[in-house]
Amino acid sequence: MLTEEAKKAIKEVMKRYKTKRAAVMPALTIAQDDVREVTAEDMLEIAEMLEIQPVIVNEVAKFYTMYNVQRKVGKYHIEVCHNISCNLLQAERIIAHIENRLNIKVGGTTTDGKFTLSTAECLGSCGTAPMMQINDTYYEDLTETKVNDILATLKSRD
Amino acid sequence: MKPILLKNQFNPEAYKVESYVAGGGYESLKKAFTMKPDDIIQLVKDSGLRGRGGAGFPTGLKWSFIPKDPTMQKYLACNADEGEPGTFKDRGIINNDPHLLIEGMTIASFAFGASVSYIYIRGEFVFGARRLEAAIAEAYEKGFLGENIMGSGFSHDMYVHCGAGAYICGEETALIDSLEGRRGTPRIKPPFPAIEGLNSKPTVINNVETLSTVPSIIKNGAKWFAGIGPEKCPGPKIYGVSGHVQKPGLYELPMGTPIREIIFNHAGGIKGGTFKAAIPGGITAPMLVEKDLDTRMDFDSLAAKQSMLGSGGVIVMNNSTCMVKVALITNRFFSHESCGKCTPCREGTTWITQILKRMEDGEGRPGDTAEIERLCGMIFGRTFCPLGDGATMAIRGNLAHFRDEFIYHEEHGRCKV
Ligand SMILES: Cc1cc2nc3c(=O)[nH]c(=O)nc-3n(C[C@H](O)[C@H](O)[C@H](O)COP(=O)(O)O)c2cc1C
Ligand code: SF4
Ligand code: FES
Repeated sequence: MLTEEAKKAIKEVMKRYKTKRAAVMPALTIAQDDVREVTAEDMLEIAEMLEIQPVIVNEVAKFYTMYNVQRKVGKYHIEVCHNISCNLLQAERIIAHIENRLNIKVGGTTTDGKFTLSTAECLGSCGTAPMMQINDTYYEDLTETKVNDILATLKSRD
Repeated sequence: MKPILLKNQFNPEAYKVESYVAGGGYESLKKAFTMKPDDIIQLVKDSGLRGRGGAGFPTGLKWSFIPKDPTMQKYLACNADEGEPGTFKDRGIINNDPHLLIEGMTIASFAFGASVSYIYIRGEFVFGARRLEAAIAEAYEKGFLGENIMGSGFSHDMYVHCGAGAYICGEETALIDSLEGRRGTPRIKPPFPAIEGLNSKPTVINNVETLSTVPSIIKNGAKWFAGIGPEKCPGPKIYGVSGHVQKPGLYELPMGTPIREIIFNHAGGIKGGTFKAAIPGGITAPMLVEKDLDTRMDFDSLAAKQSMLGSGGVIVMNNSTCMVKVALITNRFFSHESCGKCTPCREGTTWITQILKRMEDGEGRPGDTAEIERLCGMIFGRTFCPLGDGATMAIRGNLAHFRDEFIYHEEHGRCKV
């Protein structure tokens, strides 16, 4: 369900566009923000606010990979770039290392619900490869030691 | 060459409006307001600036296609979708010098009469989007955006629109669809966006680097710009170097700098072995090998080598690199990013990826390479947008030099390298 705050933010962002429908992407981003998931209920509410069919909201949400449509991801969503520049600089080793450390495979979530591991296509940070994104933050020039430190920091947070 | 576009890369304060203004920022906008809009378009035409988003279309000419009717709503959309693997230049400008882009966009909008502009930034660039939002707010506060900017009578609003993970939205008509709140799939051209773009109104789509170049042209003139690099595609250019080099990063150099100089002088040479191949302009651009190293990095010189400048993202590979693996990563990307609108692209890239996966896993069969070539023939020229063609260009460029490695995989089930 959308919070009052989210609804306010969506109303605000609608002013940027000529049509109400155009606000569907920012609305989905806002809906996803605090819980990292877009629920069926969220999509219905967005449809109502933008005065469009729910199926349109659903269609848009499913097209873009960043919307977790009815998909639960961990509190920290780790996405390691596996495209060319990162791969040349051992991204596969980084991925295997994280799999070992967290005891999950790519696509999996730790049993405590804290971490989800995914691979990503090029994240536009090839000059500082290998790299990964965790939620909104980029971590660049990765080494196994650096990954250990990052994971340790996140583990110690709740 | 004194950097123009990257001059503020290592100035941690430059993103703030005070610091940008102290360095002469927004002076070009002020100067632009003393000129006639048509004269600005002519100046940009005379400079020879060509779009830095990949296709190299002349920027002034693109602006001149916008109808002159002053009562008509017009838009500018800045393409900050930066998704071509190996490309990370626009992010450098956005994160470190956002006002340079805002100034360039405002000048462009004044020139062809756009009252509203959007920056379409890829969704993963959260830091960049926030930085732009903050910079736009500062610009409004200082009167560089909004009503009657600097007393010129020109009013302009600017907004950030975040993508959400779809490479195809970098294609300009898919970008418009996405800005309208739709799935990003390419539209048929014509009508071109300059006639019927966002909300069916005339729209210019320009890349971040293209627009960020505009203030320097206003400041220094067309002659100055045309004097940098080759006559047919002049100006400063950001090259992003990644992969097996000692010093990966962004280098701003005159357009047409030989790729050898970029890799060996600026990026410090090869890391962990000897040079094998380089992809000159983002993953789509066909590879260059040792004998091509004196090729100049500009639109025309690379086209003459059957490759392309694309985004100017140079991906360097040393002699330990398996080219079947490179082909797999490349095709996996295109198959993942195919929007699914047309069958040859959607099915063809998936099929090629499956074959390459099998070859890479040591289960290649005789005839696999030939099958890939056959599939490329079924995709090329039969797709709706350039993504499908791009996928075949990349793999054909690879096979042109390294076919023997693919055959070796077929026969031995492992790498030659
Ligand atoms: C599949 C595909 C992806 C593209 N991605 C981008 C991109 O990420 N950024 C960009 O500026 N141009 C991209 N382009 C090129 C745009 O369609 C368009 O030509 C460009 O933004 C125009 O700007 P310019 O004239 O300043 O170069 C892409 C084109 C295709 C076919
Ligand atoms: S070529 Fe591929 S990306 Fe382009 S429209 Fe067709 S399916 Fe979509
Ligand atoms: S290839 Fe990994 S960020 Fe570009």
